[in-house]
Amino acid sequence: MKQTLAILKRELGGYFATPVAYVFIVIFLLLSGFFTFQLGDFYGDGNGQASLTGFFNWHPWLYLFLIPALTMRLWAEERKQGTIELLMTLPITLPQAVLGKFLASWVFAGVALALTFPIWITVNYLGDPDNGTIVAGYLGSLLMAGGFLAIGACVSAITKNQVIAFVLSVSLSLAFLLTGFPPVIALFSGWAPQPVVEVIASFSFFTHFDGLSKGLLELRDLVFFASLITLALFANALVLELKKAD
Amino acid sequence: MSAMIEIRGLVKHFGPIKAVDGVTFDVAQGEVLGFLGPNGAGKSTTMKMVTGFLTPTAGTARVAGHDVLEEPVAAKRAIGYLPEGAPAYPDMTPRSFLRFIGEVRGIGGQALEQRIAEVMRQVQLEGRMHQPIETLSKGFKRRVGLAAAILHDPQVLIMDEPTDGLDPNQKHEVRTLIREMGRSKAILLSTHILEEVEAVCTRAIIITNGRVVFDGKPDELERQAPPSVTKNRMDWVFRKLTGAERSPEAEHRALSAPTAVGGPS
Repeated sequence: MKQTLAILKRELGGYFATPVAYVFIVIFLLLSGFFTFQLGDFYGDGNGQASLTGFFNWHPWLYLFLIPALTMRLWAEERKQGTIELLMTLPITLPQAVLGKFLASWVFAGVALALTFPIWITVNYLGDPDNGTIVAGYLGSLLMAGGFLAIGACVSAITKNQVIAFVLSVSLSLAFLLTGFPPVIALFSGWAPQPVVEVIASFSFFTHFDGLSKGLLELRDLVFFASLITLALFANALVLELKKAD
Repeated sequence: MSAMIEIRGLVKHFGPIKAVDGVTFDVAQGEVLGFLGPNGAGKSTTMKMVTGFLTPTAGTARVAGHDVLEEPVAAKRAIGYLPEGAPAYPDMTPRSFLRFIGEVRGIGGQALEQRIAEVMRQVQLEGRMHQPIETLSKGFKRRVGLAAAILHDPQVLIMDEPTDGLDPNQKHEVRTLIREMGRSKAILLSTHILEEVEAVCTRAIIITNGRVVFDGKPDELERQAPPSVTKNRMDWVFRKLTGAERSPEAEHRALSAPTAVGGPS
């Protein structure tokens, strides 16, 4: 626990020691504002309801490109600098190291997400939204961010090149988004049996985030993201165990 | 004196390459063991297995009584390790870096502050405490790595080329420090520099092609040279044992006979 915390602290400090943290937060806030107000039909919202649906709907796309920027250095940089040898010869277990780094990136993403609070204030100023729904939406978004982060962390452990880590993370995350996309489902439904198509579709972040973004905290969606995070972190540790030294 | 490091038949294969091929030795408390060998002989690989970074293909290593595979955390707790090139997080300062190492090792609060001040003095890092490590010179970086390795006052100290990149004054200081620490710890250090073995080591091991070819006191090493060799006697023995030195007859044959390319040797 202490060890995990020490690694979390160092990693979080690492974000703020370089411009990464500030660039990320500024871009994240600008883009989420732009998407929400310009593309998200914030004012129209069809039925004239005050809600943050138009805000949350863009999060999968925002995370797709921004989260890999947070995770690409987690392990790739350790490999490149040779500090992985230092880290792995400290008296810690592999799960402690993997968890410490993942949690650091999650805390950071949480801070960035929390800084979107002016949007929440705006919608309360303009109308009378269901704040319970909004809180649930934020939780769902944070959980989905955890899914993206765990995938990115795992991919980062494969290479010592941050660019490769970024590109691979974006591609893999995109796969997790697209499996729920109607054109992609159509691609499979022509020949694959129905249960297979359903399984493929059930891997999509859209499928599971849709309810969460509307404030429906359904158990199967929570379980999906929780298992995805667990599985990706397990794979992360496995990759490190198998190729610590290369 | 009890053996703090026990290495038995350690083997490491990288694909078809046998990097370490059955290395066995002990290091006792109060010993400073110099680990010698040409580049690629398997020195670093052996050290990486003892410190738990690489998993051996075969054989065992025990540190302070703990098997590095079965009780890795307990073994790592007893070890201070300076990896090759002294890697450290470039965006941290020596101070924050040492704080991190201390916290991971479970030293906290006032005790950690005291230890940091102490090791900073020992490796003469004062004055560079708050400068990012990436802006430090090679010599200072090496000393940051050394400070991190000795921070928890380990029973076992393993150093991969601890004086590489240091100037003569710094080399002298680090060697003095190693000799001092060697009285109470078990120290394993690798080096290319034979004079360093004479200066700090109580024992030397030479490995070549992953095998131990010499294990004894530094002056025994020197005594292996024939009387005809008058200068750099230790160098001569090292080259002889590692296959770089040929007998005068072989030298003569090699010079007189045209080299048959691709033919049977």
